[in-house]
Amino acid sequence: MADEDDEIILSELSDEDLVLQMQDDLYDGMKEEIEEGTRILLDRGWEPYRVLTEPLVGGMTIVGHDFRDGILFVPEVLLAANAMKAGMAILKPLLAETGAPRMGKMVIGTVKGDIHDIGKNLVSMMMEGAGFEVIDLGINNPVENYIEAIEKEEADILGMSALLTTTMPYMKVVIDTMIEKGMRDDYVVLVGGAPLNEEFGKAIGADAYCRDAAVAVETAKSYMARKHNQVAHA
Amino acid sequence: MSNALTDLLSQRDWLLADGATGTNLFNMGLSSGEPPELWNVDEPDKIRALYRGAVEAGSDIFLTNSFGGNASRLKLHNAESRVRELNRVAAELAREVADASGRKIIVAGSMGPTGEIMEPVGTLSHADAVDMFEEAGAGLLEGGADVLWLETISAEEEMVAAAEAMQRLNAPWCGTMSFDTAGRTMMGVTSTRLAAFMEGLPNPPIAFGANCGVGASDLLRTMIGVREATETGTLIAKGNAGIPKYVEGHIHYDGTPELMAVYAVLARDCGAKIIGGCCGTMPEHLSAMRAALETTPPGPKPSLEEISEKLGGFSSASDGATDAEGTAAPQRQRRRRRG
Repeated sequence: MADEDDEIILSELSDEDLVLQMQDDLYDGMKEEIEEGTRILLDRGWEPYRVLTEPLVGGMTIVGHDFRDGILFVPEVLLAANAMKAGMAILKPLLAETGAPRMGKMVIGTVKGDIHDIGKNLVSMMMEGAGFEVIDLGINNPVENYIEAIEKEEADILGMSALLTTTMPYMKVVIDTMIEKGMRDDYVVLVGGAPLNEEFGKAIGADAYCRDAAVAVETAKSYMARKHNQVAHA
Repeated sequence: MSNALTDLLSQRDWLLADGATGTNLFNMGLSSGEPPELWNVDEPDKIRALYRGAVEAGSDIFLTNSFGGNASRLKLHNAESRVRELNRVAAELAREVADASGRKIIVAGSMGPTGEIMEPVGTLSHADAVDMFEEAGAGLLEGGADVLWLETISAEEEMVAAAEAMQRLNAPWCGTMSFDTAGRTMMGVTSTRLAAFMEGLPNPPIAFGANCGVGASDLLRTMIGVREATETGTLIAKGNAGIPKYVEGHIHYDGTPELMAVYAVLARDCGAKIIGGCCGTMPEHLSAMRAALETTPPGPKPSLEEISEKLGGFSSASDGATDAEGTAAPQRQRRRRRG
């Protein structure tokens, strides 16, 4: 901890220090500072995509790791995600204009029969915090909801959540339907929820089981990176 | 102020609470996605059977089928206009079963979380949360609950809002939180913090503690932490019957009645006075727990090693109140301090 109380003036920092400072500010959920830092970097001529990735996504990665490791808990993570979203709101129109690569788009919902949505909401917020676009279908989704949404939204990722041991087998119904329709390989399927485990994820044919929201973000990012590489080498 | 629960507590060294509600109702044919609270009106015989299961297995306290009976949860089923009714009937059926038992049994009106995240991080205001708990609690009291019982709460703010509702209702109450994330609640509350804020409330609960969470071992580690943080508090331990396992297409909790009997005795040795189960805990578990509590003399506080030896390992290295080295949680190096 610094013992001087001097306010740091963001606009006086070098690019490198400002990025580090913004990562700290994200960690502390300081929304106004993130907005200010985002504008400063844009004014200095940074590409919007670089502003997104270095201070913002970079900062949220640190938050995600500390959440995974039990150092940060849900309230801190949500504050950080809110700050991140404030920066994203500035960047979003610019990213679209400059044709920057998308982080990815996810359709998410709890499966039919399951009304427990806290975990799913948390994943939504963390994914948005990491720069993904999230279409949240809410609770209690039959297979048709998922299929319709991933097609219509041209999603990259399908996320399914279940808290009950009685509802988790429904995830297999959704995946089997995707296989029948010949669309399974067009999407990355991530599953999560308290009673699930990796073995179950494999057994039903999901791409990955995600233990918590931080792992979901990491997994989604690594699948998107692979997808981008495939496109680049195609 | 004396009431049925404080009277019973003053007469006994320990009380047996109940076990699972959801696990039992699913076994009776509740289908997933259906709110169990509707069964209070639609399938009252099944709810009576649920209650009798706990009573006949020897529970001194049992919880009503009203966990999701607040406006926020019932809204998901367009039943938010039925909060008062569903809670009242949950308690009426319980009262009927308790009074027919021929012994002194406490009807505890179960109240679960709203499922919303409270301001400033989330969207639920304190005032709205208080109103929701008050509405559900009023129904439970009207139906004859002896005490209101908050359970599986994760956020301190939500418990504080519920406490305010209890005050408005002038209701005796108990409250437990679910410690399921690296030894803390999902929202980061430690065992130590639980004791501190509960005892600091203007209307502190009759008893408080932990329910659900991960497995029985973790719950007892939490109990030790709470006990160390309060000398006089009456503590509640309601742990799950082991951990759910996916075996050949079926789910079952790996905690046997024998294991839960060991857990019950250890919970008392950790300082809990009200001991029960949570998910996966069936009447046969409760009978075994009661028998063990009756026949085993109280012992010294168990060590963490003894707990993990008897009940299985912990889900995280520490209880979250201190890090693995026993010092306060690490602070991140700060580049700047806010004035």
